[in-house]
Amino acid sequence: MSQTDMAANSQRNPPPFPGSEDQDPLSEMADGDSDEGEDIFVGNRNPVAARTESFQPNTANGEEPADLFSEEDSGPAARSSNSPPGYKSSGVHSDDDSDLFAEASMELAGGGPSTAAKPSEAEAGPSPTTRKSTTQPMSMEQLEEDEVKDNFELDVAVTNPEKIGDGMNAYMAYKVSTVTTLPMFRNRTFSVWRRFSDFLGLYEKLSLKHSLNGCIIPPPPEKSVVGMTKVKVGKEDSSSADFVERRRAALERYLQRVVSHPSLLQDPDVREFLERDELPRAVSTQALSGAGFLKMINKASDAVNKMTIKINESDTWFDDKLQEVESEELQLRKLHTVVESLVNHRKELCGNTAVFAKSIAMLGTSEDNTALSRALSQLAEVEDKMEALHQAQAASDFFIFAELLADYIRLLGAVRGCFEQRMKAWQRWQESQSTLQKKREAEAKLLWANKPDKLQQAKEEITEWEGKVTQYERDFDRISVTVRKEVLRFEKEKSKDFKSQLVKYLESFLQSQQRLIKFWEAFLPEAKAIA
Amino acid sequence: MNLILNPTLDEAPPLRTHRGIVTSHDFLTTPPAAAMMQEGLDDGPDFLSEEDRGPRAVNVDLQTDATLQVDISDALSERDKVKFTVHTKSTLPNFKQNEFSVVRQHEEFIWLHDSFVENEEYAGYIIPPAPPRPDFDASREKLQKLGEGEGSMTKEEFTKMKQELEAEYLAIFKKTVAMHEVFLCRVAAHPVLRKDLNFHVFLEYNQDLSVRGKNKREKMEDFFKNVVKSADGVLVAGVKDVDDFFEHEKTFLLEYHNRVKDASAKSDRMIRSHKSAADDINRIASTLYTLGTQDSTDVCKFFLKVSELFEKTRKIEARVAADEDLKLADLLKYYLRESQAAKDLLYRRGRALVDYENANKALDKARAKNKDVLQAETSQQVCCQKFEKISESAKQELIDFKTRRVAAFRKNLVELAELELKHAKGNLQLLQSCLGVLKGDT
Repeated sequence: MSQTDMAANSQRNPPPFPGSEDQDPLSEMADGDSDEGEDIFVGNRNPVAARTESFQPNTANGEEPADLFSEEDSGPAARSSNSPPGYKSSGVHSDDDSDLFAEASMELAGGGPSTAAKPSEAEAGPSPTTRKSTTQPMSMEQLEEDEVKDNFELDVAVTNPEKIGDGMNAYMAYKVSTVTTLPMFRNRTFSVWRRFSDFLGLYEKLSLKHSLNGCIIPPPPEKSVVGMTKVKVGKEDSSSADFVERRRAALERYLQRVVSHPSLLQDPDVREFLERDELPRAVSTQALSGAGFLKMINKASDAVNKMTIKINESDTWFDDKLQEVESEELQLRKLHTVVESLVNHRKELCGNTAVFAKSIAMLGTSEDNTALSRALSQLAEVEDKMEALHQAQAASDFFIFAELLADYIRLLGAVRGCFEQRMKAWQRWQESQSTLQKKREAEAKLLWANKPDKLQQAKEEITEWEGKVTQYERDFDRISVTVRKEVLRFEKEKSKDFKSQLVKYLESFLQSQQRLIKFWEAFLPEAKAIA
Repeated sequence: MNLILNPTLDEAPPLRTHRGIVTSHDFLTTPPAAAMMQEGLDDGPDFLSEEDRGPRAVNVDLQTDATLQVDISDALSERDKVKFTVHTKSTLPNFKQNEFSVVRQHEEFIWLHDSFVENEEYAGYIIPPAPPRPDFDASREKLQKLGEGEGSMTKEEFTKMKQELEAEYLAIFKKTVAMHEVFLCRVAAHPVLRKDLNFHVFLEYNQDLSVRGKNKREKMEDFFKNVVKSADGVLVAGVKDVDDFFEHEKTFLLEYHNRVKDASAKSDRMIRSHKSAADDINRIASTLYTLGTQDSTDVCKFFLKVSELFEKTRKIEARVAADEDLKLADLLKYYLRESQAAKDLLYRRGRALVDYENANKALDKARAKNKDVLQAETSQQVCCQKFEKISESAKQELIDFKTRRVAAFRKNLVELAELELKHAKGNLQLLQSCLGVLKGDT
């Protein structure tokens, strides 16, 4: 299952856990479900030689092995082929991409004889993409091509919401189950219990680390004081059940998006989140905490800042994209409102149909012509079934369509966020340039005033700032590349997501029409039988 | 708004010929015609017209056919009135010509109905319920609001909404035409009422009948009369009837009437929600369209296709709601009114019974006192005759009512089921072809 599929199928049941660890990896690769037979069982029993066959499934699945081979320069891949156990503890953090790159080139040298293709082939999905983030000299076309190879073997699911505790201190715990063949995890399948604040905490951590690079961090579902209070208080009605289900599905989609993002998957926080049994409580996510207030203030100041900056650049790609994103967000919001209205009307229809069904049943009982009476009660039954149908349709409207839109509205916000980060990087660069300028002027003045000791200091400062300017410029270029890549990846994912979800929605609509036909076909002879 | 709506011009001529053919079994001939008109609007196959011509041909009562046919051949909607052209074909000698038309307004229909109600001779018959007043207020309001909000929406949205509202207006208009026609046809089909002089005047007199609507005072009088009547009705209903048939009918009608009222209200609500949902799908379609036209990526093409699909399914959903309205809601509404008329008949009979019993008591008293015996005797005779006359015709009327009701329900429920199936299959086909295209692309 490609990562995009995962993000889309939020209602999916957790994938069946693969059999024993001794299962023949090759046969697993042949299995339609497992991802593209990319050899991830490094460090496992099977000799590397056997891996050559795996190339076939690769091409069979429409991969582009050619690209893999071409991406020689980066081989952080090689790392894991040599030391899987050490991988986890090697402290390789994807946050600092340049380090990976450095490490990789060293490893590749040592990787030696096994064809360069081998290690890169042997690597899990993360590698192609970590490569991408580090190799700046790559052309845009190559970047866009790389996006196709979104494949690795990790499926995550969020299930079994359970209420822990009682009263106002109660919370919902969700079971996060992972099935993976990635070597960086201890087991193939494992699950942990997490609560909502844990998910938020993960987002905070990822945000802190990665947003500065211009990554699009998938946003988690929103807090809902009202919803949670109802659950805490123990209201066992359909609205709180709906709320829990909605949250569970949203959390699942959130996690799926996180793990399908190549750089984020490398992040140890993500691994910890998926694996570690007990996570420290993420306090900074509480709504009314000090950290919470701080965040709000920061957000507000950010909002003011972003209004005022405009980058002068010859490449209008970023500007155009940002405008596109903004207008799309607007449209999605509009669409979301309408879909919500549809959901409400369908729920209303549902209620009214139920009431009507009862009324017709009553009419049927008072009707003295027996055939008509029977037909009327049959009609009441049909209307009852219609009610169930409307209910299901409303759920589909909501869970498939409305939630999709809500997710993407939030995601587009995150996309805007990464544009803002780029803006900030540009700002920093510009500011450093102007500071440098000032320092130079100060130096010139000192030259005039002829104060040798201060001059020395001034010269040091100038060198320092020159360094900073270069660094910030590099940062800006780097973040521009990242943003571009991220946006392209996002668009592909979005396109797939929307298509698959809309198709799913239409299919559910189709099914409901089929059932409708069955109901009325059953009723028709009854109606005709009236005499 | 000065809208000239000429149903016959819009739709196929068949509407005219079979509108007048009616029997006491087939009261709801025209609402299906209205449905037909609605179908015609959306260029669907003219499914109902074929359907109706079939069974109707079977139900035709040849006796009524030749002697008196009434239909509304034309209608004009002006600002706040609707003018109906009542067209009559008759071989009866009392009419000057064999075929003629007059223009009538709603108030004249009401006058005719009231004249029946007030006529003692007809106390023993179920008076066909009066058609409801043409009510375009809601529709007019919406059109007005649309006009005001013209600036705030795009040209396409505006034209789309305008078309929808106009279609709604047209639908209401056709329904009211149908209701008025049904009333006339019922009268024409009734063996006694068709001979009524007022009815003939109504049909023939080509000048204005000068029937003004009731002024405030008269309305107040009516109101009080109704209050008295319902109080009396309660009293009368309390009197146990010797005749089992009527006793049973009394309880039955009471219960039935209440339940029909309930069902009618609930069906209205249900259909309204259905319409709102269809409207929402419309808006979704246009927003998707906007999204789709922003770019030419394949996801945008996808949106455009889905938007198109939603447009089509919305039309179907709107038709489903409209058909449900016609076949179910209108049916229930009509029987609400008819069951009320039947209740009124029972009330009149009950009243006559009470009068008869009182006259009997008075006669006994007079005989005992030996005073005014003759007077008491004649009044008792009169009451007795009245009561028996009413009872006789009432029995037949109520049996007819039952038969008519069963037939109408049958017809409408069958048609409802068939329409639901037709629309669901249409939806299914659209979805299947669209999904085929969409999946093929991805």
